[in-house]
Amino acid sequence: MRNMFSKTLFECATDNPDIYIVVADISPAGPMMDFQTNHPDRFINVGVAEQTMIGMCAGLALKGCQPFAYTIATFTLYRPFEMVRDDLGYQNLPVTIVGMGAGVIYSTLGGTHHTMEDVAVASAIPNMRVLAPCDPLELVEATRYCAYQKEGPVYLRIGKAGEPTFTDTAVDKFEFGKVRYIQKGTDVCILSYGTIMGKAMEVARALEAKGKSVSVVSAHTIKPLDRPGIEAALAGHGQVIVVEDHVPEGGLSSRVKQIAWDIQAKCKLHTFTLKDEFIHNYGSQDDLLAAHGISVPLILDQVA
Amino acid sequence: MTGSDRDNAFDVAAAKLRCKKHRKRILDMTQYVTALHVGGAFSSTEIVDCIYYELMRKGSNGNPVGDDAPDTFLMSKGHGYMIQVMLLVDLGILTEEHLRGYCTPHGILGVHPDYGNPGIEASTGSLGHGMGMALGMAYAEKTRGTKGTIYTVMSDGEVQEGSTWEATLMASSLGVSNLVAFIDNNNMQSATFTTDTHPSFYPVVEKYQAFGWEAVEVDGHDSEAIYNAVANRAGDKPLLVNCKTTKGKGVSYMESVPMWHYRSPDPEEYKQAIREIEEAQ
Repeated sequence: MRNMFSKTLFECATDNPDIYIVVADISPAGPMMDFQTNHPDRFINVGVAEQTMIGMCAGLALKGCQPFAYTIATFTLYRPFEMVRDDLGYQNLPVTIVGMGAGVIYSTLGGTHHTMEDVAVASAIPNMRVLAPCDPLELVEATRYCAYQKEGPVYLRIGKAGEPTFTDTAVDKFEFGKVRYIQKGTDVCILSYGTIMGKAMEVARALEAKGKSVSVVSAHTIKPLDRPGIEAALAGHGQVIVVEDHVPEGGLSSRVKQIAWDIQAKCKLHTFTLKDEFIHNYGSQDDLLAAHGISVPLILDQVA
Repeated sequence: MTGSDRDNAFDVAAAKLRCKKHRKRILDMTQYVTALHVGGAFSSTEIVDCIYYELMRKGSNGNPVGDDAPDTFLMSKGHGYMIQVMLLVDLGILTEEHLRGYCTPHGILGVHPDYGNPGIEASTGSLGHGMGMALGMAYAEKTRGTKGTIYTVMSDGEVQEGSTWEATLMASSLGVSNLVAFIDNNNMQSATFTTDTHPSFYPVVEKYQAFGWEAVEVDGHDSEAIYNAVANRAGDKPLLVNCKTTKGKGVSYMESVPMWHYRSPDPEEYKQAIREIEEAQ
């Protein structure tokens, strides 16, 4: 995903001279190198100085630029949190902060490198929008949106490398602020976002093998959440399953439960999240997710 | 490259008159607002006055603040906002009506700068944010060829924030010579003296020089010295002007007395303060 982000941003920056990227100790490689080579003045590496990364982005935006802040997700959002809140949120500046390798993608690096509560933290800031595309194609659309919007700050939650594609045959087009049906069914609806979409698709295949008609939805815009779209999903399916690599509080699951209560939804509702616990075990991303109850067999045990 | 478009000699008397007026206006406000950061505003008075009146170039409307005014002032020490407000009133950007609404439900002005209000280039109040934003502004001006100079004022306490040093290091690394930062070095932070709590903060000038800045020290209540520090700079690096100041400057019972960080004088104290400001040379 990170290469697709860099490639797309480079293309946008060639078209839009207002685009700057401020990175914190990221060595440019691949498409990011193209950005630096072709637009050296608009590629800034502040080093291990995340507060300056965000502060500079705010200053650039105050002068009419369209800046992106880019580094590993924990360091774009948590380390410089007050700069994100005051400089970007309070001043409502069109800066995109890109959280790369979000969730538990850095599965062997320990809790310091996991963003398990980033959606909640970012969503809690007034004016902040939260985007979490589910595959490289959707990331292209999300990046293009961020490259031209002037409404305010965005937290763009992305993966790292090697993510498969799910949306090439999607029923819906990408539209900011709207849930997107990748496939439409009638019995079960799986709501998810970000790089954990692979688990949602696997669950869908398994349920289909049991004869179910399954919808899979990318809720790529976590904030503002498409409330009518979520209501329609709850009303239109007998069973709704939410899958996210995020703690229970403040993510998609808690929002969907709230909406389900508000509309007195009649469907069965299952939510699968990370636990409200730091992770002290290591292995693959799948190993860590499984340790917190997110794997295809564990999900099927409860929903099938 | 001073950023100034002045061509006449420095008018010391005019600067003194303006600063007296700013201080008296702030004292007037203390009589209908319960608490102001008077001490910190008085230590910054000559610095902020000099930036707006002597250093910033004017736009087509003859004002240093406006859509096409080339330079920018960012008040990093947000608690010194009251002196910025008085300058903006003086320049006709804010009005007496704005002052009357200060910290009230029908007004738009609060204790700290709020981006979106007339003449306010950035929201501050939490310390250590101004240098990063000023750096971003200066870098934008530099790379877009718009050639604006960014002026910012920090407090000495604020320079303890790690974020300030992050941005200080980056500013010289990026070669933003169009960034001019002032430290209102009044040796106080809230209720303590900086020389007591942070003796290692000194010397200041050498620290900035070691970080790749041009740096000088001046009497922060000498308007001409402040102006000359910028006018005579070499100009190939960002500039730091360490302004030695006195908190509560101009009112004997306020000067370097911690409780005047955030307190308003009573009517008798007010009269004495006005008298001292008026009688000062």
